[in-house]
Amino acid sequence: MSAPMAVPLSWMLALSGVVFVIGLIGVLVRRNALVIFMSIELMLNAANLAFVAFARQLDSLDGQVFVFFVMTVAAAEVAIGLAIIVNVFRLRETVYVDEINLLKG
Amino acid sequence: MTPLIDVDWWALGPGLALSGGAMLLMLLEFVPAGRNSSRGALVALASLLAAAACVWRVHEVKRALFDGMFVHDTFTVFFTLLFCGIAALSVLLSWDYVKRMRINQAEYYALLLAATLGMIVMSASNDLITIFLGLELMSLALYVLVGFRRSRLESNEAAMKYFLLGAFASGFLLYGIALLYGATGTTHLERMAAFLAGSPLLSNPLLLMGGLLVLVGLGFKVAAVPFHMWTPDAYEGAPTTVTGYMSAGAKAAGFAALLRLALVALPDLQASWKPVLIAIAALTMTVGNVTALLQTNLKRMLAYSSIAHAGYVLVAVVAGGNEGAAAAVFYLAIYSLMNLGAFGIVALLGRDQDEPVLLSDLAGLGFKNPALAFALTIFMLSLGGIPPTAGFMGKFYVFRAAVQAGQIPLVIVGVLNSVVSIFYYLRVTVALYMEEPAGEPTAVSRSIPAVIGVVVSLALTLWWGLQAHALLEQAQRSVLGLM
Repeated sequence: MSAPMAVPLSWMLALSGVVFVIGLIGVLVRRNALVIFMSIELMLNAANLAFVAFARQLDSLDGQVFVFFVMTVAAAEVAIGLAIIVNVFRLRETVYVDEINLLKG
Repeated sequence: MTPLIDVDWWALGPGLALSGGAMLLMLLEFVPAGRNSSRGALVALASLLAAAACVWRVHEVKRALFDGMFVHDTFTVFFTLLFCGIAALSVLLSWDYVKRMRINQAEYYALLLAATLGMIVMSASNDLITIFLGLELMSLALYVLVGFRRSRLESNEAAMKYFLLGAFASGFLLYGIALLYGATGTTHLERMAAFLAGSPLLSNPLLLMGGLLVLVGLGFKVAAVPFHMWTPDAYEGAPTTVTGYMSAGAKAAGFAALLRLALVALPDLQASWKPVLIAIAALTMTVGNVTALLQTNLKRMLAYSSIAHAGYVLVAVVAGGNEGAAAAVFYLAIYSLMNLGAFGIVALLGRDQDEPVLLSDLAGLGFKNPALAFALTIFMLSLGGIPPTAGFMGKFYVFRAAVQAGQIPLVIVGVLNSVVSIFYYLRVTVALYMEEPAGEPTAVSRSIPAVIGVVVSLALTLWWGLQAHALLEQAQRSVLGLM
């Protein structure tokens, strides 16, 4: 590592892991589709954080560039996901996944 | 001096043709067309044909484009042609279905082309970044296609479940890629393999964790148990032609990426991923087949059957090596064809906006519409793996490859599962020929393009059942690109 006061890799990875797990738990326990969706975004951002951390550690640009791709994809995902959730809300007036249960078996 | 952009434009042709076609479809919307115009389908077919022609023109050569992120080899060629074929058949099957369901045609076909492009990118990727981008391109288009019947709650609910779980799986995949990148210092598959060859780091927890997370992400896309929860709901709620398309295309694309990843990048990790895959394969076959037995809805039953078929392909992936990979590729081509045919027939049932998809809706069709009933019977027999259909040849080569690789217990599980599966496939035939309809037999829509599509799949299903050699040779040639 180049900078004298650099944050060690393990700290960054720990942060990224914590963020990922918060997102994971959010998806599993929350029932509001919008909150689930936000938790998924948290998971993607945890991955971004890991990419940047590794890119710095490895002194390679690949990881940093990857983050740009991920952010673009996440933006597209938001556009489509919100459209779907809004459409569901129009028909059912709820975004709670427990109450949207027409298909089962 | 080398030119600034040094690419083989023919190898890149499918991407240009499909994205060009999708943009043209959107631009054409400025010139209004009637609801019954076939313009969208024609443009989509033309771009698929152009894509297939481009890749066929250079099918003998091997190219690495964009610094090796995108490779053009026999594997890419095989899958590009397969995806173009799947999409072209889907266009034929959708031709009148979308008009009947009042689906907005330009967007429908544009998204179909975009999803096909995503699949092609997945099969051609030699880098985790491009695999991820291809997968997202395919998935984002499919989320919208699943929810395309906006006014129907089922379609919306299916789209939401598919989207939330799909994005969740993408999160796993991405984190796995990040960890693999951290452990090996590269996202390029071949450089990753070179780094790992003989490396003492094979038990590095970062590496194992990354591999596992990527496996979860891809397992979700191919609907392997325990990541299959979205499949029945998404397949049931989606417009039937979309169900056919994604059950064939998305699965084949997921396996294409998985094969490349497992056999090119991580062959040295075999000892770690094989036991996991063996367990997943056995579970996938068993859960898929046993749950399919309980279904009364035809689309849902076919959804569980498609889960089971993912299990058979996984058996071939576990077998590994040239033979196993060839058997997997061979099986995917056959499975895509017969599944598309079956869903194509389901899409023909009903008039106007209604969609009779219960098993009991098939009652009496055997005599009212013998041709349709015959075709559906053949597809069911083929899905069940009964000779002389292509499905039998597919299963035969998969199990043979697994026996040669010494995976005897897995083969026994697979064969037992095939026997179980015959029960529910035959229930369709029983409903067609031996049950009395409660009222009028179900109406069948007329659609010449869809009939052409079904006849093509039927003819190939029977032809490959008798003459599987040509296809098998192509499959074997295709995996040579990986080794």
